[in-house]
Amino acid sequence: MKILVTAKRVEDPESKIKVKADGSGIVQEGLKYKINPFDEIAVEEGLRLAAKHGGEVVVVSIGPKEVQEQLRHALAMGATKAVWVNHGGALDPMSAAGLLKAVLEREKPDLAILGKQSIDDDQNQTGQYLAEWLGWSQATFASKVESLESDAEKAKTPAIHIAADGKSAQVVREVDNGLTTLSVKLPAIVTSDLRLNLPRYASLPGIMKAKNKPIEELTPAALGVDASPQIQVVKLSAPPPRKAGVKVGDVQELFTKLKNEAKVI
Amino acid sequence: MSIVLIVAESQPDGHLRKATLHAIAAGKELAQKTGAPLHLAVLAENPSALAEQLKPYGAVVIHTVASPAFAHYVAESYAPAVAALASSIGADFVGAAATAQGRDLLPRVAARLKAAMASDVLAFSGSGTDVTFTRPMWAGSVIADVKLKTSVKALTIRATEFSAAEPGGGPAEVKAFPAPADVASSPTQFVSFNEVKSARPELTEASIVVSGGRGTKGDFKEIEALADELGAAVGASRAVCDAGWVPNDYQVGQTGKVVAPKLYIAAGISGAIQHLAGMKGSKVIVAINKDPEAPIFQVADYGIVADLFKVLPELRAAIHASKSS
Repeated sequence: MKILVTAKRVEDPESKIKVKADGSGIVQEGLKYKINPFDEIAVEEGLRLAAKHGGEVVVVSIGPKEVQEQLRHALAMGATKAVWVNHGGALDPMSAAGLLKAVLEREKPDLAILGKQSIDDDQNQTGQYLAEWLGWSQATFASKVESLESDAEKAKTPAIHIAADGKSAQVVREVDNGLTTLSVKLPAIVTSDLRLNLPRYASLPGIMKAKNKPIEELTPAALGVDASPQIQVVKLSAPPPRKAGVKVGDVQELFTKLKNEAKVI
Repeated sequence: MSIVLIVAESQPDGHLRKATLHAIAAGKELAQKTGAPLHLAVLAENPSALAEQLKPYGAVVIHTVASPAFAHYVAESYAPAVAALASSIGADFVGAAATAQGRDLLPRVAARLKAAMASDVLAFSGSGTDVTFTRPMWAGSVIADVKLKTSVKALTIRATEFSAAEPGGGPAEVKAFPAPADVASSPTQFVSFNEVKSARPELTEASIVVSGGRGTKGDFKEIEALADELGAAVGASRAVCDAGWVPNDYQVGQTGKVVAPKLYIAAGISGAIQHLAGMKGSKVIVAINKDPEAPIFQVADYGIVADLFKVLPELRAAIHASKSS
């Protein structure tokens, strides 16, 4: 089967994000960039499914030339080939979904797995727009019943169950108050949540091999997509800071403060 | 005429989700700013009881959409109905609470309406059709003011930022909207729901939350005992959910639940930015951690550098004693 996965370039989730004084953006100096953690989980799931069912994993990223680093990372993890949509401007979920739709119509995968959100704009929308515009099934927030310390996880078992006839798949989703299971008709869009899997590290041979794997370059114009964003960011600001707290010496002092000062117990 | 349409959400047992009342409050505020009336949409197999319950909350019209296809929520059944209703009444704003269902559904509705969308909206400013939405980015490290350029605008609402709507308005008019044919042709089928049942209050609704992190080493007995003494909900950091020590549903953070109780007690939680994103709106934060350098202390009103297995039972005993005295 053919599985398409995404690899958005985002700021390292461990970095401290600071807003520029004029609110026009974030301070770029000193930031490191990574593959969006949810996308990395999507890549891993794609690789596990391809290992189990046979087939290839195509990884897509949209952005300037630097996103090739994230594509190489996914190729080093084991993806078969990469598609780079060379796009310099701002990207919002509608423009990303529009471009991905065009890529999916060219690649015709059996399944596309996207991160459920990217950790920069935290919108959690692209997969859903994409599924609707393609008229496909969607299973967002894909997870699994087994924990990340289970034997199933250690055995790198895929969490998404493809039916024997290859026409549908069962996906476990994290929702409020529990887990729900859906049966989606293939091709479908799945978006990955945190506990779908633990992504593998790229091995040294994997990194060497990735250097020779193909990256196909496309542009919004070549795909016939107008990628101009529909969301205008007016201003960014830092959240209001919490006022400094105090350290208490013992439990009795903590109890007294909670009862008499904060009056919350 | 411009209309604000809020989609109500029911729990699997058919009861109204409380987050909907917070979304209605946000919808009222948006309606005031834009001069538009507030309408609600109730989709269910039998929506009449839910619509009846929502009548006094200040909406002008409640649209009910009934279909056997709504017996279990799937986006591919709900989205065509919400989009058809929104188009039919000429809604300019379509919103819902930022619950798992809201996050799954609203972008699919927005896609049908060619509407841009703002997720997790914290506040509104502006007036008329020129509305600015305030929402978090980078796990809440940045607050963004955004405008949506499309004529129809979609949003999900962060429930903790708006007080629940109170009943008391004139009764809404209830109108039945026929379910479009495509609600029954979903390519996705519901299979099962595995509910995490708990006698404790719901995490996002509780006025006190006691959360445990890696420092518990998976032993939540003291966390739970203190929570029960306080009538509190139990939360957790990502690490303990990943390890399978507690249900995933306990996770507080950027990608888990966002909570803002009057008291949040973080025991053995280091305070990664992704966790802080889910709880730093709490009124009072208590941090219990053996590591004095733990980042959780930077947001805590009261911090205690000590072993949680010593602090929690002592705190519980002190609270218990004060109740009986």
